[in-house]
Amino acid sequence: MARVGVFVCHCGFNIAGTVDVEKVAETLGKDKDVVFSTTYKYMCSGPGQTLVQEAIKEHRLDKVIIAACSPGMHEATFRSAAEDVGLNPYDVEIANIREQCSWVHDDMEKGTEKAIKIARSMVRKVVGNQPLEPVKVGVTPKVLVIGGGIAGIQAALDVADAGYEVILVEKETSIGGHMAQLSETFPTLDCSQCILTPKMVAVSRNPKIKLMTYSEVIDISGYVGNFKVKIKEKPRYVDPEKCNLCTDCEDVCPVVVPNEFDMGLSIRKAIYLPFPQAVPSTYTLDMEKCLGLDPIRCGKCIEVCDVEAIDYDVHPKIIEEEVGAIIVATGYDLYPKNMLGEYGYGEDEDIINGLEFERMLSASGPTKGEVRRPSDGKVPKRVVFIQCAGSRDPDNHLPYCSKICCMYTAKHAMLYKHHVEDGEAYIFYIDIRAAGKGYEEFIHRAMEEERIVYLRGKPSKVFRKGEKLVVWGVDTLLGEKIEIEADLVVLAMAMVPGKGTGEIIDVLNCAADENEFLKEVHPKLRPVESSTPGFFLAGAAQAPKDIPDTVAQASAAASKALSVIGQEYLEHEPAVAQVDEDLCSGCEVCISVCPYGAISPVGGHAEVNAVMCEGCGSCAAACPSGAMTLKNGTQEQIFDMIRSILQEG
Amino acid sequence: MKKVFEPRIVAFLCNWCAYSGADLAGVSRLKYPPNVVPIRVMCSGRVDPQFVLEAFREGADGVFIGGCHTPSDCHYVNGNFKTYKRKIVMDRMLEQIGINPRRLRLEWVSASEGKKFAEVMDEFIAEVRKLGPVPRMKEGER
Ligand code: FES
Repeated sequence: MARVGVFVCHCGFNIAGTVDVEKVAETLGKDKDVVFSTTYKYMCSGPGQTLVQEAIKEHRLDKVIIAACSPGMHEATFRSAAEDVGLNPYDVEIANIREQCSWVHDDMEKGTEKAIKIARSMVRKVVGNQPLEPVKVGVTPKVLVIGGGIAGIQAALDVADAGYEVILVEKETSIGGHMAQLSETFPTLDCSQCILTPKMVAVSRNPKIKLMTYSEVIDISGYVGNFKVKIKEKPRYVDPEKCNLCTDCEDVCPVVVPNEFDMGLSIRKAIYLPFPQAVPSTYTLDMEKCLGLDPIRCGKCIEVCDVEAIDYDVHPKIIEEEVGAIIVATGYDLYPKNMLGEYGYGEDEDIINGLEFERMLSASGPTKGEVRRPSDGKVPKRVVFIQCAGSRDPDNHLPYCSKICCMYTAKHAMLYKHHVEDGEAYIFYIDIRAAGKGYEEFIHRAMEEERIVYLRGKPSKVFRKGEKLVVWGVDTLLGEKIEIEADLVVLAMAMVPGKGTGEIIDVLNCAADENEFLKEVHPKLRPVESSTPGFFLAGAAQAPKDIPDTVAQASAAASKALSVIGQEYLEHEPAVAQVDEDLCSGCEVCISVCPYGAISPVGGHAEVNAVMCEGCGSCAAACPSGAMTLKNGTQEQIFDMIRSILQEG
Repeated sequence: MKKVFEPRIVAFLCNWCAYSGADLAGVSRLKYPPNVVPIRVMCSGRVDPQFVLEAFREGADGVFIGGCHTPSDCHYVNGNFKTYKRKIVMDRMLEQIGINPRRLRLEWVSASEGKKFAEVMDEFIAEVRKLGPVPRMKEGER
């Protein structure tokens, strides 16, 4: 027989005003499992807690119900008070008779009746509770960072600076991400590469960071503190240790393909260095484009390589690593131009996107920083910039705001004017969103000092007329139709989750939002944590954001990851699912409903991994044979609660 | 005077949204009738159809399930969707055993929707009141 004590709090008049607390205590006192009941003015106060502790000792209570405010308020308080006198924390439950009873009802009689039902149902629950100890697990003090853009770089450096080991995995041949492609950054107009490349080099020099480029995470198992990851390293066919960047191989390579780094505005060879500041600084042989391995078909590069860095006979390697936390920083891509029928499906060479324009503006870009029309190489005298291309258009394209386009378009127009003094720049916008530090001032400078023409409205159509591109739009402020003949049109394309983000969502099985960005647990209070414990989010893979926000979020993700791996043990909530092996038929329905992959089939029955289980109870609700249940929230307990609520009197 | 019918309703509230929403209704001192007694579950996806049946069997006139908003508010990724699907099946089941499925209500209430919680309670209690007492099962059927 249980020995339950019931402690009813007056909470001043907060409860006692509309609930007859004495009657609650008296009625509960008659319950078959209750051996002691009392009331007190403020149960959560020091004397109140002492009263509970003394009663536990005096009446040898083994279970406690505190009928008071919501468990969110003082569950922890009373559990630790009871623990101090030898009870298990799970021997204490809260009956919420304030927020969900006394505060919402005026009728003393009915309120009291309801309070009794609530308290009685909690007595039934606590009687069924089993004492639980937090599950303790050791931690692998190492972090995996996926994605080597500015977010991944910052996160990796922060973790390494704290003294822990990091594995940084990047699927391209160099780290740097999109930031490496940018010319200058708003609102300070400092050169993107100048601020980024020192960080890239710092990554390659840091002994705590194991950099794996041209690599992909292909599998993951385990749980927070103890993940096992499989990383596939693609062969470069060039030994970075030997390659001395002499360019001989590139010179003789006969294969020419569009250069991805320059957004296809220039060409590269099949053996190539993606850009001069690439880290690691080494050539890569693009085997898909290479003519052939055997000397009969080509093999020119291998002949000219004096240091014998090229080796055709290498294969993908699968590397297994163990880590305690994972930071996902897989970045963004631009919404494909061919989705925009209204602007010619990206078929016209002179309709370019923002990143193409960045490459054009970059001193190391395909035009060496000169603005030139892709079609004929002429300097465009009139450029139209179109904001929200694909963004904020729930009917036809994407519903959300891509956040950075207002700012970079202002920057583009400004830089264009700096390059082409007599050029005219027009910007079509829906609204201007310039809410960062120094951003509003930057927009003002664009409008007032740089004489850029801002037109409020979204062009309906862009089409070619001879040498020119005609932009049709409406100035919604003047209510007038506008037609501009331009030499070049730059689209501020929407940001979408990077290709790698979609792939990693599948591999990690982590939550994504309705637009396929990585989803945080709570948009305000837990913005860098994934709902899967141990996964942290950084950068534009979580939502469109600019560089300052990305860097801040990356540092936040790093500190969150450190707070996991910095511990000797992790404690995990023990109220998790539990299988009755004798009842389990091995149907695996539970496995299919578990959002955490915490259940696996072992020897013909289900087995729950207590560390991966978050205790939602979906499996218990789905189990057709009643074999699966939730500790301290079992079917029997809930049945008892239902009955006690509906019992007459 | 004729005694007014006071429906007895059990509410399963998920810890993260609906239960917090109900707390907020209290904090905001919003009033609704005391006919509903809450049972806190971690997720609406924990609500086994058997809980609902058991409640009706024990004489509940209405059963309420409160969870987090779809698509993506559920603390456990997609428990709310599981509940949504189960609700469709439960409705049919209830119909078959002669219980009006309107006696079972599923609502998404976020932690910030105290007002919505109170309104939904008002509404649901009124509805069940109109439906009258649940048809009691005969002993043999229990
Ligand atoms: S946690 Fe609220 S429905 Fe799942």
